[in-house]
Amino acid sequence: MSTFLDIVASAGLWAAVLRIATPLVFGTLGALLSERSGVLNLGIEGIMTFGAMIGWLAVFNGADLWTGMLVAALSGALFGLVHAAMTVTLGLSQHVTGLGITLFASSLSYYIFRLTVPLASTPPTVTPFQPISVPGLSDLPFIGPALFTQTLPTYLSIVIALLLAYVVYRTPLGLALRMSGENPHAAEAQGVDPIKVRYGAIMAGSALMAMGGAFLTLSAFNSFFPTMVQGRGWICIALVVFASWRPGRALFGALLFAFFDAFQLRLQTVLDNVPYQIFLMMPYILSIAALAVMARRARVPQALMQPYRRGER
Amino acid sequence: MRLERREHRPLLLVVLSPILAVVAALALAGLLIAAAGAPVLEAYGRILTGAFGTRLAATETLTRATPLMLTGLAAAIAFRARLWNIGAEGQFYLGAIMVAALGSSVLSGLPGPMLIPLLFAAGAIAGMALMLVPLWLRLRFSVDEVVTSLLLNFVAVLFVSMMIDGPLKDPLAFGWPQSMPVADQALLPKLIERSRLHIGLAVAIVAALLVYLLQSRTVFGLQSRAAGLNPEGAVFAGVPLARTLVKVACLSGGLAGLAGAIEVMGVKGYVTTDLSPGFGYAGIIVAMLANLNPLGVIAAALFTATMFVGADGMSRALSIPTYIADVTVALSLLTMLVAIFFTQYRIRR
Repeated sequence: MSTFLDIVASAGLWAAVLRIATPLVFGTLGALLSERSGVLNLGIEGIMTFGAMIGWLAVFNGADLWTGMLVAALSGALFGLVHAAMTVTLGLSQHVTGLGITLFASSLSYYIFRLTVPLASTPPTVTPFQPISVPGLSDLPFIGPALFTQTLPTYLSIVIALLLAYVVYRTPLGLALRMSGENPHAAEAQGVDPIKVRYGAIMAGSALMAMGGAFLTLSAFNSFFPTMVQGRGWICIALVVFASWRPGRALFGALLFAFFDAFQLRLQTVLDNVPYQIFLMMPYILSIAALAVMARRARVPQALMQPYRRGER
Repeated sequence: MRLERREHRPLLLVVLSPILAVVAALALAGLLIAAAGAPVLEAYGRILTGAFGTRLAATETLTRATPLMLTGLAAAIAFRARLWNIGAEGQFYLGAIMVAALGSSVLSGLPGPMLIPLLFAAGAIAGMALMLVPLWLRLRFSVDEVVTSLLLNFVAVLFVSMMIDGPLKDPLAFGWPQSMPVADQALLPKLIERSRLHIGLAVAIVAALLVYLLQSRTVFGLQSRAAGLNPEGAVFAGVPLARTLVKVACLSGGLAGLAGAIEVMGVKGYVTTDLSPGFGYAGIIVAMLANLNPLGVIAAALFTATMFVGADGMSRALSIPTYIADVTVALSLLTMLVAIFFTQYRIRR
């Protein structure tokens, strides 16, 4: 019991929580934005992989770190455009299109990576984002090192979560977004073009997903390797349901999830007689449990997964 | 310019749509090959000769197509009932590890003709069991099975890793994490001497025929298609929806588990965590390319296997990464979706 408390009482754990949460915050917000407009984007896993690869590749070839993030975001928006063209304009199955985008984007990442970076025994690295101490706050005992010595993209992800919560609930744009996801016909009658809103939401959401991927290679680690996203995209899709499609709760959900993940990583070193795979399974099992608990209670956008065609019901 | 639903689907277009989709995917992937500075046509030529140029290559391609047919069928039968089983990868591994567990110990004393069917059944049951979890979550808690079946893939692979690192670890493998080998009489007989091609191919083709007959000639087939076309309508017409979905899930998970069993017994004899280079996910592509038709799955699996096996040789000769095969088949899924769309709609100005 005391070891549990020791783990929870260490500042290192709480610093790790924010670090682990960051890609999930980006990804969950991206998926949430898309789903709020009425479109499920299962391309997330592949888009995160591609963002991780292209952001890293840009920096590896001399771009600065923020340019890398930007390149990743733009690549995400492009995949979003493909997804939107297929699911919004053509009204194709959002499930299958998304899976197709995931398979395409991840294999394309590996192809480009292998083509441009020769095979080496140790993967090439870049200098990643460095932790920034927030002046004043980082000197606080315990809270300082736990919460205020992160890299800039981590702070950015939290700012985006708060900004998105504001935009969704307090602005005309947010109203248009929610209308397109709840009742596109009514939105159209009010002069909102649900098709444009969906295109915008999917592309912006995909850009966020790709930035979450780029965080992995430009901040959490410093190199790219295949399968590094490890299902984080699917976990984000589960977190959106857990958050009941609300940005504030998405931030909370990602942090809660990251807390369990950081906790199990430390528990592994204490309980070394338990196979490590049990611990590694935990994030996925937790996500499934969260879905089971929340699925009925969550408020699903009413028009989620329903294609919208003008003049057709 | 606008899209208009066609009155009826032109047969020629329906038949041609997979071919057009593949051609479009090859053209798009060709841009990537060209961008890498390699001759595109030569690259595709080398893929073809790499996959069928020699007797050995051809048998390799057929060996690779075998699990793809089974995972393709698993996806096709589930998707037809609009049950989104994206967990074939996990079901494949669970089927494989079940075979390794039973085939190396408890059942290893049985003679081959008894052992092989028993192990097939064991693998299929393991796959079924894993698919019933997401279905139960859907029926009980209304959880979308796409995400749960996907997440279970990671759990299943970790479970296999735990087993081959622990109770099923082969002590003679010099510390490598691999399972104990199945008994020799559990290894599948070869179809062609001096090759790796085994009777699993025949099993897969028979499975495709059986699924075809099941879907087109039985009440269950009608019910499962009705569940996919219009669930509310199906319930109204007296289709027991939950029971139909359970049967579909068992069939789908069972086929994926069987694929894992056959891969162990036919090719390797033991289980590692790289037994499947994504057979489960590729099965989704195979199913879509086949337009969910069980007989089409055979052809679609052959195309996918051709790309994968052929890309190996092409990659060595032209130094193009083998991932081009993954890119091409993933693209063909996307182009196929668009092709199917244009069999149902046309552009009017």
